[in-house]
Amino acid sequence: MKRRANRKLSKEKTIKKDWKESLRQVPRSWQLYVLMVPALIWLILFAYYPMYGLSIAFKDFKPRLGILGSPWATPAFKHFETFFSTSIALTAIKNTLIISLESLAIAFPIPIIFALLLNQIKRSGPRKVIQTISYAPYFMSNVVVVSIISVLFSATGLVNHLIADAGGKTVLFTSAPEWFRTLFIGSNIWQTMGFNAIIFIAALVGISPDYYEAAIIDGASRFQRVLYIDLPLIMPTIVLMFILTIGNIMNVGYEKAFLMQVGSNSVVSELISTYVYKVGLKSAQYSFATAVGLFNSAANFIVLVIANKIAKKTSDISIF
Amino acid sequence: MRRKKIHMKMSTGDRAFTIINSAIMILVCVAIIYPLYYVVLASFTDPVVVNSGKLLLYPEAPYLEGYKKTLSYAPIWTGYVNTIKYTLVGTLVSLGCTIPAGYALSRVDMAGRRILMFLFTFTMFFSGGIIPLYLTINELHIYNTIWAMVLPVAVSAYNLIVCRSFFESGIPIELLEAAKLDGCSDFGFFFKIAIPLSKTIIAVMTLFYATAMWNQFFNALMFLGDDSKMPLQVVLRNLVLMNQAGNIGSSAAELVTKQKLAEQLKYCVVVVSAFPLLAVYPFLQKYFARGVTIGAVKG
Repeated sequence: MKRRANRKLSKEKTIKKDWKESLRQVPRSWQLYVLMVPALIWLILFAYYPMYGLSIAFKDFKPRLGILGSPWATPAFKHFETFFSTSIALTAIKNTLIISLESLAIAFPIPIIFALLLNQIKRSGPRKVIQTISYAPYFMSNVVVVSIISVLFSATGLVNHLIADAGGKTVLFTSAPEWFRTLFIGSNIWQTMGFNAIIFIAALVGISPDYYEAAIIDGASRFQRVLYIDLPLIMPTIVLMFILTIGNIMNVGYEKAFLMQVGSNSVVSELISTYVYKVGLKSAQYSFATAVGLFNSAANFIVLVIANKIAKKTSDISIF
Repeated sequence: MRRKKIHMKMSTGDRAFTIINSAIMILVCVAIIYPLYYVVLASFTDPVVVNSGKLLLYPEAPYLEGYKKTLSYAPIWTGYVNTIKYTLVGTLVSLGCTIPAGYALSRVDMAGRRILMFLFTFTMFFSGGIIPLYLTINELHIYNTIWAMVLPVAVSAYNLIVCRSFFESGIPIELLEAAKLDGCSDFGFFFKIAIPLSKTIIAVMTLFYATAMWNQFFNALMFLGDDSKMPLQVVLRNLVLMNQAGNIGSSAAELVTKQKLAEQLKYCVVVVSAFPLLAVYPFLQKYFARGVTIGAVKG
């Protein structure tokens, strides 16, 4: 308790100090800055220099001249205009949006439901076993997961055998466009449900038993306790995770989409990000691909800012 | 412990809830484990049995030809050696960047801490994207070297936040004040006091970074050129998803065995490449959960 009070005090002090005083403090903590150096070098070279490199979206990039030396494109938005005039643009944007909204609607609530239900398993032995099993798939790489999908769901794989045994016809899961999203989102849930639930489980463990005792006295059933105590009390965590998820809504797992992509399902599996890889690195249209990527990141960031604002206004929870 | 009191009395509705809930949990566990279990079983079961399409429940009709072929296929070993190299070097570099920075950012008396923190957090939501990163790597002349695999992912802002939260809550400020009174410098405090107290966070970070490195696929595809430098994930993808598994079999004379083997080889390759992580998982999983909860203290 005392420690916490102390830290709070020193924190308030720091905030109150004006910047002049902060500046005077710099030499005194030079050793701390030295500890930051490796991470700062990374930050400059691999985060902000590439961000600066986004400027080639408005240039005609020439490998010989580099990012700085390449001439500006005329008109500046030339590459964006080219992108929007292609038919693939609309498809890629549509596919990205549909798959991310479907993921948000289906894959986001499932870890929460799982956490609420797991929290109702009161014996700690089984509870631990279930939790350990649940996040095991998170360890596995996308390549392994997609490989498993491809062997289990192939035309001669286990799933099709089971379908045949039940009297059904062979389904071409891995190449039919109508199955791409189901497999993509389904396997995402399989991979991340347990891991994403950890944070909600931690929040549930923190709920005071007093609430339950009071509810039991009032005759609340277990289901009612989940609905009226657990759910509202972990709502702040849910909102926070929701903002964080929204903050990456357009960055759908392109690695997995790329791995699951075959010619016949590209009508639905071509996302903005896989398209960027193809035109950018495969056919070396650097400026054009960067423009497409920038459109994606910018749209994503705008969504994040809006979601953050709304959350801040309605529930006072925000990430910045 | 206090919760024990709660389920002394149970109404019919509650009992139904418990039963349905348990059933759901069992179903979830089966759905998670069975695909993995099936792949492992199929990798050493006679392909005739596997191709008959029945649910495999226990080991039967062992047939180890697939493993023999897989383990004698040189590219798998090259991939293994590369992946181990990238993972070791990468994890060390990442720890060297993240732990000191996490500590420094936890110190409220460091001026500019908020700005720096913001600059790192911002990278979680906005980045240059793959093309500018690819061009940067070319300009730094590290394309097709180990550094192209290691450096771009050396720091993860999320891990840095987890690390900072650990130092904020795990190292009492009195300790620093006492050490300062004794004339301890920031370096001295970090290396002699903070590091020995942070075995947990080092374990968590090692786990997070090492799994990410081990599983890296797309960066290898973009930033490496030579086949001899490709990590295991790329080899795996070529064999299973690009259908090159047939290459593993040696001569045309073995055509019949080759066809029989083609599917089994895929199972074997998947198991061989996922095995190391699955083997260490039971020992390290507790750190996994701990890492996430430390991060949750302060988002």
